[in-house]
Amino acid sequence: MAVISYIQAVTQALKEEMQRDEKVFVLGEDVGKRGGVFRATDGLYEEFGEARVLDTPLAESAIAGVGIGAAMYGLRPVAEMQFADFIMPAVNQIISEAAKTRYRSNNDWSVPMTIRAPYGGGVHGALYHSQSVEAVFANQPGLKIVMPSTPYDVKGLLKASIRDNDPVLFFEHKRAYRLIKGEVPDEDYTLPIGKADIKREGTDITVITYGLCVHFALQAAEKLAEEGIDAHILDLRTVYPLDKEAIIEAAAKTGKVLLVTEDNKEGGIISEVSAIISENCLFDLDAPVKRLAGPDIPSMPYAPTMEKYFMMNPDKVEKAMRDLAEF
Amino acid sequence: MAENRHKSLGLSDDEVLDMFRTMLLARKIDERMWLLNRAGKIPFVISCQGQEAAQVGASYALDRQKDYALPYYRDMGVVLAFGMTAKDLMLSGFAKAEDPNSGGRQMPGHFGQKKNRIVTGSSPVTTQVPHAVGIALAGKMENKDFVSFVTFGEGSSNQGDFHEGANFAGVHKLPVIFMVENNKYAISVPVSKQLACEKVSDRAIGYGMPGHTVDGNDPLAVYEVVKEAAERGRSGKGPTLIEAVSYRLTPHSSDDDDRTYRERGEVDEAKKKDSILTFAQYLREQGVLTEDKEEELNKELDQIVNEATDYAENAVYAEAESALNFVYEE
Repeated sequence: MAVISYIQAVTQALKEEMQRDEKVFVLGEDVGKRGGVFRATDGLYEEFGEARVLDTPLAESAIAGVGIGAAMYGLRPVAEMQFADFIMPAVNQIISEAAKTRYRSNNDWSVPMTIRAPYGGGVHGALYHSQSVEAVFANQPGLKIVMPSTPYDVKGLLKASIRDNDPVLFFEHKRAYRLIKGEVPDEDYTLPIGKADIKREGTDITVITYGLCVHFALQAAEKLAEEGIDAHILDLRTVYPLDKEAIIEAAAKTGKVLLVTEDNKEGGIISEVSAIISENCLFDLDAPVKRLAGPDIPSMPYAPTMEKYFMMNPDKVEKAMRDLAEF
Repeated sequence: MAENRHKSLGLSDDEVLDMFRTMLLARKIDERMWLLNRAGKIPFVISCQGQEAAQVGASYALDRQKDYALPYYRDMGVVLAFGMTAKDLMLSGFAKAEDPNSGGRQMPGHFGQKKNRIVTGSSPVTTQVPHAVGIALAGKMENKDFVSFVTFGEGSSNQGDFHEGANFAGVHKLPVIFMVENNKYAISVPVSKQLACEKVSDRAIGYGMPGHTVDGNDPLAVYEVVKEAAERGRSGKGPTLIEAVSYRLTPHSSDDDDRTYRERGEVDEAKKKDSILTFAQYLREQGVLTEDKEEELNKELDQIVNEATDYAENAVYAEAESALNFVYEE
């Protein structure tokens, strides 16, 4: 098994899927000659040519809409939104079109398309290069939203997304791109969309989270283990639709649940997780379900003081975990 | 006798008669739907009336065995020409399970039928334009020689998706025919308050494609320009923008009252140019449509519409719980 970075896992998944299936192609801004502003499509233009690694005009609704058309025809487009923050002009195409195509045509048409977008903060990206946008899409039946935390999950889930016959939003944490490294098998594999994954077994408290926050929770859990607090960590991996069974099982296991997200607190993914737990786990709980999230302000500001105040980190998670353990 | 215009376009007498038949069928289905709506039998109608010539003239200029159609909600003439039947349309009007467009899930006018390459559409306008571009892109990538034909209203030509899609097709020289059915009104708002330019076709130059404005009441004029656009697309020269100017003879929909925003005199004037009348007149002058043939045609189409109505009215609705089906692949 090779150790690769989070972004290398993205590139490898794209490359291998393009080699495996000639119906797979990539489109977006700067994805061709430049290989992507984060270099996620590095080398693909040289290997597959400009027809399959398409530099599009700077117009996000067209990137999504043209991709939808190609997917309805039967190709498997992988569209890149340069930053998740810039997906907003494409929301009509994603929600009114991609999400509803199969349903509205009574299964006659479908959109086997993946939309990748880097999200998340801690990179001096300010209001419009830092956002988490998953909650915007997480009440839209017809969509699937994948937010992996490790290179292994990135590669297996991106391949699964590309092979999926429905539209998938694939959000990659941009700070994880080069920060997070991990082992990835040499052979071809996929991971199931819609399945959460236990990243650490524990008995005292449960942390349910996704994306980069998984790593913050894992780091905090190692420190707390020295104090005798044994944390159970569930990585949602797919944030819509949620893996309800895994959430219920993880919550019931310890009876103390901390939900963590980098997104704003109100109306986010973890609020739905909390509702699932409250509907199903009343008699298993030993403490109120706690949410740790960004403040309810539009996004994280540019100045380092304010960015740090907004951004999740291992210390914030550790404190919240300890507080819950001591409840 | 007036000049024969269809022979010089390569159209036989049978072909122009068939065009007229499709236009008339669209009109008769549409008129029936209004009756059904006013009788309280179907909840909603949105009309093709006044635009049949543009819809049918354009469709007959395409290869209806391989080209893709991305119609908008008025395009009954387009979908009939591409193979949808009166029965299919009535099933949609009555929202019955057998409706091939959506199984009774969508309002009438939201066309889609994969076997005839009629691409499913929604209600937010102009979203189909980038889809048409994507289908053309896919065809180019697979070395196919079909064209992608997409229609929308003049109001819709203000939407970002029109401009983004047209530019994308222009940059990549894709075989897309963008046809604006300019019926002079976006619900109640007239062209003068929709367009800063004189004609919608003026917008073509910004996207590196030719733009043509034609008389949308003349199916042969529309046929000619769409034929040329299709050849241009198939030979790799890129997209074309066509504006077919006609008039919306009905209110926007069965829920609209157009007396609140336009003069009756204007509508009456437009009715004199109704293509169902003017094209019939042309065909009579050419000896293509005789009195006997016209009577026979009316009888045949009335029977088709009656049978379709009866069938759809008596057909079953989808099971309530089937609302849960097909959110994702099953």
